[in-house]
Amino acid sequence: MVTRRDFIKAGLLTVAGMAIPISALEMFKPEAMASLVRSFSEKKRWAFVVDTNKCVGCGMCAKACKLENEIPFDADVQRTWVERYIQLKDGDVVIDSPKGARLGFTSNDPYGHEIKDEEITKEFFVPKLCNQCEKPSCVQVCPAGATYKTEDGVSLVDRSWCIGCGYCITNCPYYARFFNPVTNTADKCTFCYHRITKGKNTACIDACAFGVRKIGYINDPKSEVFKIISTQRVAVLKPEYGNEPHVFYLGLDHIVR
Amino acid sequence: MDEHTLAHGAYWTVKEMFTYPNEYIYWGIHIVIYPYITGLVAGAFVLSSLYHVFGKDELKPVAKFSLVFSLALLIMAPVPLLFHLTQPFRSINITMTPHFYSAISAFTFIYMTYMAIVLSEIWFVFRPFIIKQAQERSGLMGLFYKVLTLGSYDVSEKALHLDEKIVKILATAGIPAASILHGYVGFIFGSVKTVPLWKTPLMPFIFLMSAVISGIAICIVTYIAGMAFKKHFICFVPIKSMCKVLSYFLAIAFLLEGIDIVFHAYTAEEFWGIMSELLFKRFAFKMIVIQWICGMILPFILLTLPRLTMLRGFIAGSLVLMGVFTMRWDVVIGGQSMSRSFAGFLDFHLPVFSSNIEIFKEGLFPAIFLLSAPFFLLYIFNKVLPVFKDIFTEQECAEAEDRLSQRLF
Repeated sequence: MVTRRDFIKAGLLTVAGMAIPISALEMFKPEAMASLVRSFSEKKRWAFVVDTNKCVGCGMCAKACKLENEIPFDADVQRTWVERYIQLKDGDVVIDSPKGARLGFTSNDPYGHEIKDEEITKEFFVPKLCNQCEKPSCVQVCPAGATYKTEDGVSLVDRSWCIGCGYCITNCPYYARFFNPVTNTADKCTFCYHRITKGKNTACIDACAFGVRKIGYINDPKSEVFKIISTQRVAVLKPEYGNEPHVFYLGLDHIVR
Repeated sequence: MDEHTLAHGAYWTVKEMFTYPNEYIYWGIHIVIYPYITGLVAGAFVLSSLYHVFGKDELKPVAKFSLVFSLALLIMAPVPLLFHLTQPFRSINITMTPHFYSAISAFTFIYMTYMAIVLSEIWFVFRPFIIKQAQERSGLMGLFYKVLTLGSYDVSEKALHLDEKIVKILATAGIPAASILHGYVGFIFGSVKTVPLWKTPLMPFIFLMSAVISGIAICIVTYIAGMAFKKHFICFVPIKSMCKVLSYFLAIAFLLEGIDIVFHAYTAEEFWGIMSELLFKRFAFKMIVIQWICGMILPFILLTLPRLTMLRGFIAGSLVLMGVFTMRWDVVIGGQSMSRSFAGFLDFHLPVFSSNIEIFKEGLFPAIFLLSAPFFLLYIFNKVLPVFKDIFTEQECAEAEDRLSQRLF
C-alpha cells in the first residue's frame, strides 16, 4: 500500500524530474535561435543615423523641416534642431540652441557673450530629432490613444484625436514633442513619414549639404544605415530611460545632454 | 505678433541656461489645482467615514457636512483638467478609446465609481429628511424633493436600520475608492520618468497623506467658518477630534516628504546637482519656509500644544491648507522647472490679464474660480440638504465631552 508520505515523495520527485526537460526545451525557442543568426528581426524598421563629426551648425535642416512640415517659422518649437556644445578650459560646458538653430550658428557668442578661441578645448554641434523609440513613453501614456507607433517603427500623432493634455510631451526624455501652434495638438518629428514611405529622403536629409543625416531600414543589409550601425561604434541619447531610441549617433560626446 | 507664432507655453515660461527648444512648462496652474481639489475630496470623505465606519461618535455633527462637501469638491475635481486641455471639447475621446496603459485614462473610471459611491451614500444619509420634505412641502420644491425620494417613502424602523447598514458599507467601500482616486493622481506624476522630482514610488503615498491632511483641514476651517456665519453654537468636541486626527496625519505626511528628499540626496544621481539647487535655492522659500515650516511644523506644534482652542485649530487648519497648496505647486511647477537637459531652469509666470483666450484660461482668474466654486456648490447644497443643521446642542456637546473624557484612547 502506498502511504501518504510515499505518495507526496513520489509526486515531488516526478514534478522535479519533469521540470528538468521542460526547462531544457527553453533552449529551442525559435525566436531565440533566430537571434543567434541575425541580430535584427526581419520586420522593416526605420532608423536614423546622425554623424556629429560632420555637422557644421548651418541649421538648414531645421529650416527645411519647418517649411516641409508647416510648423510656423517664428514659433519657438522645432521638430528637429541643432545644439552647440562648447567645452571651456576651466571645465565648464556652454550649451545653446538659439531658436532651435533654424537660422544657424553664425557667430561665437552663446547667450550674447563672446567666447575667445583660446578658452575653448572642444566645440561641436549635435542635431536632434524625435528618436522614434522602440518603446516610446509618449505612446505609453497617451490617454486617448491619439499617438501611436506604426508597424515600421515610427511614432505618429493623430491630430484629429489628440485632446492636448500634454502628458506625452512631459514624458518624452528628449523633449522632441511640443504643441503645434496651428492645430493646438501634440506634434513631433515623423521622420517625414509622408516622404519616406514614398521612397524619398526626409526634408532635413535633403537640406543637409554635409551628409550628416541618413535614414534607412535598420534590418536591410543593403541600407547605409544598417552598414553604419552594424560596423561602427554608434551611441544613442539617454539609453537609461529604456525607450530604446532609434536615432544612432556617430561621435557622440559624454557632455551631450 | 501673429497668434500662431506664439508656442503654447511660451507666454508664461522664462528659460534660463540651457533648455531644449521645445521645453516649456506645459502643466501650469490647473495641474496644481487638480490634485489639490482631488486631495480635498479624499480627505473630506475619509473624515466622514471616521464617523460612519469607525464609530467616532464625536464626529457626528461634521459627518454629513464633510460628506456633502466632498461631493461639492468632487464635482469640481475634473474641471481644472478641462481648463488645461488645449482641445477640451475632445475630452470624451479618453472614454471612447480608453488606453489602459495610460494613467490618465483610468481617471474617468475611478472618478465615476467614486461619484456613484458618494452620491448613493448622500442619498441614504439624507433619505428620511428628503421624504419628510416631500410629504410636507408643496410647489416646485415639493416636486423637487418628490423626485429626490426616487419613489421610496418607507421610513419604518426596519428600513432606517437597513439604510444605516448600507451607509456603513458604502462608507467602507468609499475609503479604498478615495485612496485609489488620490493615490492614482500621485501615480500620474510618479510615473513620469523624465521628471526626477516626481519619479518615486512614494509619490502616491505622499499625495495620499497630503490629501488627508488638506481634506481634514478644509473641513475644520469651513465648518468653523460656516457655523460662525450661520451664528450656530459651535461644539468644540468634533473639532478637537478632527484636530487630533490632523496632527497624526501631519506627522506621517512630513515623514514621507522628508524621506523622499533624503533619498534623492543620498543616492545623488546625475540630476541631484540641479535638483538641489532648485530645492534649496530657487524653491527654498516656498518649500522650506511655506510648505514645511508654516504648512506642517507650525500647525503640528499648534495642534499638539496642550489646551487646544478653536482659534488655534482654525489657524492650524488654514496653515495646512496653504502648505498643501504650496506643496502641489512645488511638485508640479518645481518638477518642470528643472530642464530635462539637467543644464537649465524654466520659470513659471502665472498669466493674469490677456486678450488671448488660450493664455487667459491658464491664468489667475480661472484658478480663483476653480478654487472658490466648491464653496458655492456647498452653499447651494446647503439650501437643499441641511448640512449645518444637524449639530450638537450645548447639552449634547457637554455630554459628548464627558463621554470623550472617560474614554482612554
